[in-house]
Amino acid sequence: MSNQPEIQSTSRVGDVLFGGAAKIASGGIVLIVLIIGIFLLSNAWQPLLDNSANFFTSTEFRASTKPPRFGVAALLWTTLLTSAVALAIAVPVAIGLALLLTQYVTGRVASAIAFVIDLLAAVPSVIFGLWGIKIFGPAIQPSAHLIENLLGWIPLFGDGQVASPGTVFTASLVLAIMILPIITALTRDVFAQTPRETIEGALALGATRWEVTRLAVLPYGRSGAIAAAMLGLGRALGETIAVMLILSKVARFDVSVFSGGETFASIIARNAPEFDTPYKAGVYISAGLVLFVLTFAVNALARVVAERGKAKS
Amino acid sequence: MSLRILAAAGACALLASACAPTSSPQSASVATRPAGVNCPGGTLKGEGASSQKIFLEEMVQAYTRICPGTAVEYTSSGSGAGVKAFIGGAVDWAGSDSPLRTKAKDGVVEADQAAKRCGGNPAVNLPMVFGPIAIAYNVDGVDQLNLSPSVIARIFDGQITTWNAPEIAADNPGITLPAADIGIFYRADESGTTENFTEYLAEATDGAWPHEPAKAWAGSAGEGKEKSAGVAEGVLTTRNSIAYMEWGAALERGLKVAAIDGVTLSGTTASAALEAAEVTGSDGDLRLKLDYTPGDGAYPAVMATYEIVCSTGGTNPDLLRDFLTFVAADQTQAGVSTLGYAPLPPALRDQVAESIAAVR
Repeated sequence: MSNQPEIQSTSRVGDVLFGGAAKIASGGIVLIVLIIGIFLLSNAWQPLLDNSANFFTSTEFRASTKPPRFGVAALLWTTLLTSAVALAIAVPVAIGLALLLTQYVTGRVASAIAFVIDLLAAVPSVIFGLWGIKIFGPAIQPSAHLIENLLGWIPLFGDGQVASPGTVFTASLVLAIMILPIITALTRDVFAQTPRETIEGALALGATRWEVTRLAVLPYGRSGAIAAAMLGLGRALGETIAVMLILSKVARFDVSVFSGGETFASIIARNAPEFDTPYKAGVYISAGLVLFVLTFAVNALARVVAERGKAKS
Repeated sequence: MSLRILAAAGACALLASACAPTSSPQSASVATRPAGVNCPGGTLKGEGASSQKIFLEEMVQAYTRICPGTAVEYTSSGSGAGVKAFIGGAVDWAGSDSPLRTKAKDGVVEADQAAKRCGGNPAVNLPMVFGPIAIAYNVDGVDQLNLSPSVIARIFDGQITTWNAPEIAADNPGITLPAADIGIFYRADESGTTENFTEYLAEATDGAWPHEPAKAWAGSAGEGKEKSAGVAEGVLTTRNSIAYMEWGAALERGLKVAAIDGVTLSGTTASAALEAAEVTGSDGDLRLKLDYTPGDGAYPAVMATYEIVCSTGGTNPDLLRDFLTFVAADQTQAGVSTLGYAPLPPALRDQVAESIAAVR
């Protein structure tokens, strides 16, 4: 009884300090995001008003004409396509690696493999870009031609009029390699936390390793794996230098993965040295605004999906 | 020991090129001090066009070898940034792909601003760095290619799409060209090279190039790559491809370069085209109007870039005058074609030297 006020007083000071700091930190983050949004919108506003092409459906992007003619349709397609293909390749491989590292190998072998994967994350993206266009791209070109010949009747795999390896296909594969470490690392941590009792219970009931994985580990880690994939997607959507170095710009928009193109991030980076007026910069910032909204939407979607996955398990 | 030497000698005999002294293409060294160069010493700062980077780096190295203890810095941040820095007084001179604008853009006249920076004296444009634009290609078994301007225009606009098209064959009698699609590369970023190349196409082809010359590529075919390096690497790694680029970028990678109307690209032929250029500036200002149809024996696709300096009233005039005198000297100019640039033709050289001598 006599001790109670003392405990209350100390805990109250801690509460106030910690609570205040947490509030300031989270408020600050929200404020920064808001400020970025306002900056993008205020810079892009005038060019958007003057734009003589449809901003959402045009595939043109001409900042220097008067009035400017620009639309984000082609950029949106290329950005989403490269990221989606990268994700479709990276996620299964990452989950496989994570399962291997947590369920099949242990000890020194596991940490050696994990070390190598983590090393991939430390490679700067400019290196991935140069490697992609000079070595990896030419090396995979025969397989690209094979797919093009077999599936060329589908517009998505049609002849994209790009002679070099600078295609969406090459860019997607390099992006897949780039986002592999982050997805692997996160899913590995989630899988590793599968309750021991659940696994041992399944084994005691005579389940094989695969059955343990399928019935115990995967359902437990589903929402974590989805969240990891979304983080990878975020990185792929915003990747700049590697994509800029690999992708060829094309004059005519084409939906094929064997065509070139530009993403939101790469078009801004490529043209930044020639932003001689704030107005011209505004045209490109309008593309940045769409990427901002897109990333926002992807993250919101990821939260919803992850929450649902949690409820089910 | 002696066996090892013998073996090495044998290897050299087999691979003569491998054992030749490695000389980089960037070595236009000048051993002796040209007339009029006095080495006043100090620190000189310039900024501007990246197309002048290799040229000026070599010049700075050669000049500081002759004048030890002198520091000359050139930041290649782009023409626009260079002119801005010059007007703002941050650098002593600017390198630019185009002369100072005399007409207002966004309410600003560059030439007037520059005059203000020079204490009321005009700034002058000195054409000193000439980069020929090479049409580099990569076609197996074709070591010599000749193209007329209108064929070049139609290839780069996607109207001629295969190497064995009759138009290309007509320019190359006796040469077998493959029945392959032409891969075209262009600069994806905005660039002075694109602007000069399209200006050339527009003026030399009488309508075969339908687009307005501009820094951004307007052609309706091909694929865009990042900077000269990206374009040149594209040609290097892609069979049956073609691209325009600064000559230096093609030289560096040993790419094959097409002749235009039978004239192969060399320092001499490019310099010959400059003799036909007309000086349109006055009072020491030497802005040029290039002639894109200069006639026999001249390689027409040449890009003129400028050094922008205060005629009077600038910062550091003595060192600037000395450095530019060195750059314009005959014996210096003699070596620039190994770097992928065209030397100043004699008549223009004298005019440039006169303008430099007047810098105070």
